[in-house]
Amino acid sequence: MKIKKVVELLNAKVVSGHDHLEAEVEFCFASDLMSDVLTVETENLLLLTGLANLQTIRTSEMSDISKIIFVRKKNATEEMIRLAAENEMILIECDYSMFKTSGILFSAGLKPVY
Amino acid sequence: MMHFEFHVEGGNFLKAGAASSQLKKILKQLNVDPKTIKRVVVAMYEAEVNIVAHAYKGDIYIDIDTKKIEITLIDEGPGIPDIDLAMKQGFSTASSVVREMGFGAGMGLPNIKNNSDELTITSEVNKGTTVKFATYLNQ
Ligand SMILES: Nc1ncnc2c1ncn2[C@@H]1O[C@H](COP(=O)(O)OP(=O)(O)O)[C@@H](O)[C@H]1O
Ligand SMILES: [Mg+2]
Repeated sequence: MKIKKVVELLNAKVVSGHDHLEAEVEFCFASDLMSDVLTVETENLLLLTGLANLQTIRTSEMSDISKIIFVRKKNATEEMIRLAAENEMILIECDYSMFKTSGILFSAGLKPVY
Repeated sequence: MMHFEFHVEGGNFLKAGAASSQLKKILKQLNVDPKTIKRVVVAMYEAEVNIVAHAYKGDIYIDIDTKKIEITLIDEGPGIPDIDLAMKQGFSTASSVVREMGFGAGMGLPNIKNNSDELTITSEVNKGTTVKFATYLNQ
């Protein structure tokens, strides 16, 4: 699925990395626990999280994750956006809850890691 | 043989990961394969965050040769009284501040072990901790 489609389905807002909208994504992992994200070995992962701080971006950088959705109106700070841009990531903000977001993306065909 | 050093400030979550980020850039430039880079930087990041989360300050020494990447993190801090216990999945003494950062689930040390080929931890209570690990490069 194209990231563009994900944004559309979630009525979401891209706050950084608009040039990645055509990128494809197959797997999604939802977690607020960065240590857990750091154990996932799947490539080309979309991260769904309610944790919006600098360590979310750092964790993604180390894990080769370049697509992040912040759920439930969590906003990316300027510093997060700067670091994300440096690492060529797309950051998306979404108003829906983690549950609703996961449900929509799962129904649309994104695959779980486990 | 290449050598790099980084300093880490305890408690400073704004800078946590800066050293790991530098290492990632270095390994990319050296054309290390992406899977190995991920293993090394994930292990290094968990160890760097541990200094930020649990110690007062620390230094990181990195040695790279054609066979392996060896990383030694030496900190001044409270030390680890029972290393076997600390290595257990789920064991954590992390503060609520650390948990708010997405860490503190007691998964860091086990994940360092999982992403390295050699790991030794030595520690002295009220003095500090040394975490040394190596990841082999594919030949
Ligand atoms: N550098 C360190 N200095 C002091 N204690 C440490 C250090 N690294 C780890 N520990 C201890 O080991 C425990 C487990 O570490 P870890 O598996 O990384 O989990 P977490 O950091 O999430 O608590 C920590 O909660 C802490 O008690
Ligand atoms: Mg830890």
